[in-house]
Amino acid sequence: MKDKFDFGPYLYILPAAIIVIIFRLIPIILSFIVSFYNWTITGPGEFIGLENYSRMLHDGEFWQSMLNTFHLVIFVVPISLVLSLIFANFLNGIEKLKSFFRSVYFIPTVTSMVAISIVWKIIFNQQTGLANFFLTKIGFDPMGWLAESRGVIDIFLSSLGLNFPGVIQSLSSGIGISYNTLYLLVGGPSLALFCIIIVTIWKGLGYNTIIYLAGLQNIPQVYYEAAEIDGAGKIKQFFKITWHLISPTTFYVLMMTTIVTFQVFSQIYLMTGPPVGGPLGTTKVIVYFLFDKGFGEGNNLSYASAIALVLFAIILSLTLLQKKLEKKVHY
Amino acid sequence: MKKSISYIILSICGLLMVIPFVWMLTTSVKSQLEVNKGNVGFLPVEEYSIYQKNGIDYRITPIKVDGDSIYIHLFDKDMNRIRSYEKVASSDIVNKKKFMLHFENYKEAFTKVPFKRYFINTLFVSFSVVFGVLITGALAAYAFAIMRFKGRDFIFYLFISMMMVPQPVYLIPSYVLLNHLGWIDTYQALIIPWIANIFTIFLLRQQFKTIPDELFDAARIDGCGRLRTLWKLVLPLSKSVIATAAIFGFIGSWNSFMWPLVMTDSPAIRVLQVGLSYFSQEASAQTSLLMAASTFSILPLVILFIFAQKQIIASFASSGLKG
Repeated sequence: MKDKFDFGPYLYILPAAIIVIIFRLIPIILSFIVSFYNWTITGPGEFIGLENYSRMLHDGEFWQSMLNTFHLVIFVVPISLVLSLIFANFLNGIEKLKSFFRSVYFIPTVTSMVAISIVWKIIFNQQTGLANFFLTKIGFDPMGWLAESRGVIDIFLSSLGLNFPGVIQSLSSGIGISYNTLYLLVGGPSLALFCIIIVTIWKGLGYNTIIYLAGLQNIPQVYYEAAEIDGAGKIKQFFKITWHLISPTTFYVLMMTTIVTFQVFSQIYLMTGPPVGGPLGTTKVIVYFLFDKGFGEGNNLSYASAIALVLFAIILSLTLLQKKLEKKVHY
Repeated sequence: MKKSISYIILSICGLLMVIPFVWMLTTSVKSQLEVNKGNVGFLPVEEYSIYQKNGIDYRITPIKVDGDSIYIHLFDKDMNRIRSYEKVASSDIVNKKKFMLHFENYKEAFTKVPFKRYFINTLFVSFSVVFGVLITGALAAYAFAIMRFKGRDFIFYLFISMMMVPQPVYLIPSYVLLNHLGWIDTYQALIIPWIANIFTIFLLRQQFKTIPDELFDAARIDGCGRLRTLWKLVLPLSKSVIATAAIFGFIGSWNSFMWPLVMTDSPAIRVLQVGLSYFSQEASAQTSLLMAASTFSILPLVILFIFAQKQIIASFASSGLKG
């Protein structure tokens, strides 16, 4: 005897499925379609094929925003990773006040990016900010912070007395790259972007720390006891045991932080935009750039969609890379 | 010895983590005048001058120094000006410092911007989203965890893969879609697309799977239907995970910014984060008002965090392990 086809289970998924299909699946498909058109606020416009994608290749603004995003990622990810691992190790070693400190580090994670961006923007304010207040208290000159477009490497080398722009000038004529391009490539992120880097690290540190802490607590104590008997010091124990056994967590933190940092938007929007995206566009990251194209002047939703799909391709390849490598890092 | 080093380092770093919050709080109760004068340290202390005569202290504003004398305006204790351009000896003027808390900044921020409205909007949106997410999530997770049906795993993994898509990617086409539906600048635009959360489904499914089969058999023998089993058996056994999902949903909804920024425009349905963002552009020079508004907008979550910190931290930590 065979049962009648049971519709029941489908009815249970239906409410969620409707939402997921209409508001996730369809938009994702739609974004491909939109990217082939000349779609603005008034309607689809005409089909222009891959024009939006080829436009991107010749768009200096696009490449600058890619470089800015890249700067953000290569500074935020390693610094956040190392700091959170250090914090987690210290936290793991104490008993009293452990949950207190954990909560203190975690508060930035639950607070809204909007509110804390406003706070940090005022901290970095040239006249009434805390950053310059401290700087002048300990005898340094006040800095431009969010208004400063010079690269941090330039600022550092110039403070040592090196004529960095001069070096770039002679180099650029030597190898035939324009001064501006070369400066962006080797000058490092602008001080303004560096402020964003600090805020981004600060915001995500608590999350990474508790992920690491959970990972550390999963390491069996016997390894350390054995190492203790063998006479290995704390530092040696860390590099010989902890670092290896924590590697799946490190891998997760690395990938997640990278993926999240690629999507940074709110702090850029609130601290350095709109409409400019930082001094000379030096804090314009990829999501800010696509937001600006889509909802700023001109409302070029198609171009914005194409940019979003490129971002999607980057994040998707990172995710796939993660899935592929994940098996290899598990001990 | 080693422990004390840990405590010292943790304390210093902890202090660095909370400095922005502390500074936000102290600046929010300073007068703008003090901030503009460059008094931007942590203590809300104000400097002012007093003219002492016949044992009475008068508040004054110095106008012009003239040799050993000084021209001043005199005020009574209610700060009403009682004399103007009075010439007195400089030695009678005393500079003092006073601890002053300007709570009226909060009131002023509220009168400049309809934050109350934004606050209610945000509460309404967040609670609606959490409510919707729990209902759609519980139903779907129940089916995925307990029932057997064709295409179950395929649909589940399709859902999961949708979760991987970052918001900036579907933001633009969602705008096109919502615009087509005529939903731009409505509450629906803020609520409906968010009332199914794949992470919640995932979380609840993991929990429902841990419930032993015998309990379901017993429920069936007692004549419980599916919905009744979900309501009477599954949900009561999953309270803590439901709380986790609700907290996640609430924090996410409360803090969401890019979506409401794009999808809404009119102040009537504006949410707190967007309102705060506009306020920061309008009042960029009014530091203390901005700090008051920021403090106010993060307060609900900080309170939630203080009461449920163990649960919140544990849920964030578990999100990583399953990742």
